[in-house]
Amino acid sequence: MTWALVLSLAGAAYAFKVTGLVVVGGRSLPAVVERCLSLVPAALISALIVKDTLSTGDELVIDARLPGVLAAVVAARLRAPLIVVIVVGAGVTAIARVVGLD
Amino acid sequence: MPPDERQVVAASVTLGAAVGVFAIAFGVGSVAAGASVAQTCAMSLLVFTGASQFLAVSVVSAGGSALSAFGGAVLLAARNAVYGLTMSRHLGGRLPTRLVAAQITIDESTAMATAQSTAVSRRRAFWITGGSVYVFWNVGTLIGALAGSAVDPEAFGLDAAFPAGFVAMVVPHLESRRGRAAALVGASVCLVTIPVLPVGLPILVASVGVLFGVRRP
Repeated sequence: MTWALVLSLAGAAYAFKVTGLVVVGGRSLPAVVERCLSLVPAALISALIVKDTLSTGDELVIDARLPGVLAAVVAARLRAPLIVVIVVGAGVTAIARVVGLD
Repeated sequence: MPPDERQVVAASVTLGAAVGVFAIAFGVGSVAAGASVAQTCAMSLLVFTGASQFLAVSVVSAGGSALSAFGGAVLLAARNAVYGLTMSRHLGGRLPTRLVAAQITIDESTAMATAQSTAVSRRRAFWITGGSVYVFWNVGTLIGALAGSAVDPEAFGLDAAFPAGFVAMVVPHLESRRGRAAALVGASVCLVTIPVLPVGLPILVASVGVLFGVRRP
């Protein structure tokens, strides 16, 4: 590990984060862009759920995370508070690992 | 505190704690890969993108070049640009505030913020969640870098804590027909591209789901 790598990564990571937030800022954008941006969370959070549940690196895998996340879906449908949904997801996954599903 | 905000705080601390355990694992792994304690902590303070940091350390420890570590980590960090664009619609504030906000513009803070129903609660949820994750991530990194032995986050199912949280956070976005269409396409595109695209890109490509916004309502 070199400082050059640490600092160039820091610069690149910050550049990504800051661009939209500062360059676009609070300026109003064309309505079509606003409509598309309002759909970013739906598209990207769903994608994150798929990635975090069903993949390790670039491989699709089914393991103990799946029952945990499915249990979280049930908890969310029952309108459980967010913290309960999180704990249920982690807890069911932990139990699934204990019983050897992995 | 209204119930919504209490929920945000409770969930932020829970997610933060899970992040902290991963951070300990990162600190341990980074030092084991040959980074100094100072470099390890600088990464968490300055890069603050967990997946990118893990990837960079694992490439370096596997003997990969700095360039390939950089390339992979950058691909993983790129989605934060999309989050920045999204949050620019919700975060007010002057330039210095935005410059600080940028550093904590990540999966968790964006998801938690956009799940709220009012402008004030979105801003608050963003700062609470981003701040909590930032503190836990950096304290955990320091502990791991110094202690050199970590608990296995997977033993407690903590790797499932994040998708579980995201499940609850995506719910408000599924109320509209367009939201459901965008979610379905985003999830499907991510699923089919995971095996064929470099790590990090599937999430970016999943952005095509937003094109349901092109047509006027």
